[in-house]
Amino acid sequence: MDAPRLAVHHLSTSFPTEGGLVRSVADVSFSIAPGKTTALVGESGSGKSVTSLTLMRLLAKTANAQVSGEARFVTREGRSVDLLQIGEREMRALRGNQLSMIFQEPMTSLNPVFTVGEQIAESVRLHKGLDRSAALAHAKRMLELVEIPAADRRLHEYPHQLSGGMRQRVMIALAMACDPTLLIADEPTTALDVTIQAQILELMRRLQRETGMSILFITHNLGVVAHHADDVVVLYAGRVVESAPVRPLFAAPAHPYTQGLLACLPGKARQPGQPRPARLFAIRGQVSSPLAPPPGCAFEPRCDQAIAACRHAIPELLVNGSSREARCIRVTPVAISEAA
Amino acid sequence: MQMPRILRQLMHRRIVMASAVVLLVIAVLALGAPWFASIDPNDTAVLQRLKGPSAEHLMGTDELGRDIYSRIVHGARYSLAIAALTALGSVLAGTLLGLVAGFFRRLDAPLMRVVDAMMSFPDILLAIALVAILGPSLVNVVLALVLVYTPRVARVVRASTLVVRELLFVEAVRALGVRTSRILWRHILPNLMSPILVQVSFIFAYAILAEAGLSFLGVGVPPEIPTWGTMVAGGQQYAHDAFWVVLFPGLAIIFTALSLQLLGDGVRDLLDPKLKKAL
Repeated sequence: MDAPRLAVHHLSTSFPTEGGLVRSVADVSFSIAPGKTTALVGESGSGKSVTSLTLMRLLAKTANAQVSGEARFVTREGRSVDLLQIGEREMRALRGNQLSMIFQEPMTSLNPVFTVGEQIAESVRLHKGLDRSAALAHAKRMLELVEIPAADRRLHEYPHQLSGGMRQRVMIALAMACDPTLLIADEPTTALDVTIQAQILELMRRLQRETGMSILFITHNLGVVAHHADDVVVLYAGRVVESAPVRPLFAAPAHPYTQGLLACLPGKARQPGQPRPARLFAIRGQVSSPLAPPPGCAFEPRCDQAIAACRHAIPELLVNGSSREARCIRVTPVAISEAA
Repeated sequence: MQMPRILRQLMHRRIVMASAVVLLVIAVLALGAPWFASIDPNDTAVLQRLKGPSAEHLMGTDELGRDIYSRIVHGARYSLAIAALTALGSVLAGTLLGLVAGFFRRLDAPLMRVVDAMMSFPDILLAIALVAILGPSLVNVVLALVLVYTPRVARVVRASTLVVRELLFVEAVRALGVRTSRILWRHILPNLMSPILVQVSFIFAYAILAEAGLSFLGVGVPPEIPTWGTMVAGGQQYAHDAFWVVLFPGLAIIFTALSLQLLGDGVRDLLDPKLKKAL
């Protein structure tokens, strides 16, 4: 296997607030191989978006985020840089060029006063130094690449003239314009309806096949993960609770939280031979407050399998040889290997 | 780009059109003053003083026998120039201040407190004080008025910047590797054009009134320069016997200021729904 394109080690991001230090992301490690997709899964507030913003170094300065850890990124030139340490200038040269990002809201991610062509061209001119007409020609090719019909005309249209699905395609064209090697997609299909979602995901897959880029896919949609990811990292309360290749994870989730998430899916509630599906499973309780995390396992208050020992200390990530990890003391490495 | 559509919509509104025509006429008169009013505005003829409107003097003569029509036409140059420079200066300075205060949170509080302090003085009082300090001259009147109206623009631009700054596209262009200064000028500023344009037209109108007010109070432009304000000021004591001395310059002020206000209203009404849709 190739060296990973991005390797994140012990990433932590905390924000000082009036109520105390909030650790939004704590000790998160994962890696993405070239041409592969790693999905970061978790519910709202689990630290998915903060992770991506930390990696892109887009957290607002006024938030005074305290970041530690390491994020090794292998550039196109084969150099290995730590995204958290390099200077702002170098970071700006990487952003949009080698690392790009797609956001959740295609409706507001484009500047309303410029045509889509001008916006794509801006990024190309900035990073590739093309002149205006060459950049516009490139923008048109990008629109064709993301399968926008009548690209010639669309090039000169404003964002408000496009539908949500179109805008997300434009966002992808914008992110792909400089041929990045790593694409961070922060819930790229959440705001779109289901048929458009499928089209956009298929498009991203095709582009990945053609360009060999890696994708960090941030989502809470497990169905999407099952179809499109190679590796899955499940976050709960800012920590990795389980990470595994996609098939073994779905076949035999090791952590009680992952088990609960999978049991919530409507497909699981349907019993064979019964016309009406049973009531959907729900994980009881709520996420603990980030200001007062439980002393032990963060999931313990909601866990049906919790034992007294769960309350004493935060469990370690237990590693198994076959690239699976789970943060639960009730899961022994043996159990994982059996499950896998 | 979009301007033709906006212009077309403006054409459909009669009041806006009428205001535009009035302003156009005044502007043309001002620009071509020597041709439209051949009598020298400073030619005194004491024997002809305070004569009513006649064929020779369309709007009569003032207390020194100067032709009022000629003085209004030539005065339009000064009055409009003062107002235009004031609008330009305060919009440039106010936009810069508002943009910086709105975008950089650390600068917001200090800048806005200064703006608050300046806005807590009544406009005309502040202008009088400034001209009194600087000394009455054309340039100083413009300077004083720019200082008076800059905070107003800064407030509006800051408020709009706060809204635009939080839009996701700002983060998106940052994620494309665009530097902060470019984000400010190329991405945020164009989104603020509608409120800024509206401010230009309003401040233009305010400045015409303020210049007239300052001159009337005797702290504006030196009296020998014909502006509409100095004309009303000079003629006020003769208004009982010779109403035309103050009536015509007064009408010029009213028509111009009113037209500017109405035009500004029209532009704002047209741009607002678009702004909402765009956001």
